[in-house]
Amino acid sequence: MSTTEQISLRQKVLLENQRIATSLRARYDNAHLLCLNLISSPGSGKTALLEKTLETLGQATPRLRAAVLTGDIQTDNDARRLARYGYPVKQITTGGTCHLDGTMIERALADWDLNEIDILFIENVGNLVCPSSYDLGEHSKIVLLSVTEGEDKPLKYPSIFFKSSLFLMTKVDLLGLVPFDADEAERNARRIHPEMEIIRSSATRDGGVDAWFAWLQSRLAAVREGAYAGASHG
Amino acid sequence: MHELSIAESILDAVRTELRAYPGAAPVRIGVKVGVLAAVDVEALRFCFEIAVAGSNWPRLKLDARVIPGTVICLACGHRMIAESTVTDCTLCHSAQTVLDGSDELELDALEVELDEHNRANLAQTESAA
Repeated sequence: MSTTEQISLRQKVLLENQRIATSLRARYDNAHLLCLNLISSPGSGKTALLEKTLETLGQATPRLRAAVLTGDIQTDNDARRLARYGYPVKQITTGGTCHLDGTMIERALADWDLNEIDILFIENVGNLVCPSSYDLGEHSKIVLLSVTEGEDKPLKYPSIFFKSSLFLMTKVDLLGLVPFDADEAERNARRIHPEMEIIRSSATRDGGVDAWFAWLQSRLAAVREGAYAGASHG
Repeated sequence: MHELSIAESILDAVRTELRAYPGAAPVRIGVKVGVLAAVDVEALRFCFEIAVAGSNWPRLKLDARVIPGTVICLACGHRMIAESTVTDCTLCHSAQTVLDGSDELELDALEVELDEHNRANLAQTESAA
């Protein structure tokens, strides 16, 4: 004879991913490595920003050691674009999955020595929804929104703006050519996440990533002091 | 559209839990979804039907509930329940409000059919806890 019983679970659905993310975070911290998870819609300029960033990092003194994991559903085009700057780059081809998860990151990092890396950039699959659910152990999620998109995107996709500590507005060299209200976009982002940091950037204009580069330096310093204050929600 | 991955994660969690109750048949799993969890509950229900049909427990039902957010007004401190992620304060009408949490994606209760052996096991676990 059988009876029905209730077992109380009260655990996160993505508990297994959370366990892997926690172990990744400990590895990053042990190596004093800054890990950033870049999330946006397809075409917002994640790869262009990384190209400009790697170029700038290569000219910095002392030279900072970067590495990139780049996720896409198909092709290794982005990894080939980014490999030209002389830093380690690895493509994660998900074969249909719309986000990166902890297991994919763990596998991709298996043959890299994290002590040889100062900043690990993870370029997530172009998607504003699904990547927000998966912790990759990063110190910060960064959401990119380009000025060729709608300024109401923070309201339409609140989860990722809530969970990201930095909003990078990209392609600002096009402001004035497109009907995008940058101040309104910032107001919308702060309605979802009042203390969100916001940086306007351009990967094609001289000095267009200076503020972003300063942000990177400050975060790297914080990680090295073991005092990272920009931990993302969730 | 990551709801299929999430449905599979729910089944994985059920599988892990059931190791303690060999032979038990799960019949219902509760899941709480916060308004900021970026999970479409309708899509999750649809995907769960597909995932569970290919599992060992085709009778397992998903009970997914959306949990409304708590909104705090930054101007007057009023706390209110919000069904939407952007809500003006119901007291002072300020637009300066912020969601508190509301991004949970959690397993609630698992309902299982137990035989005598399993029931003794469960009683033991509960008295130990």
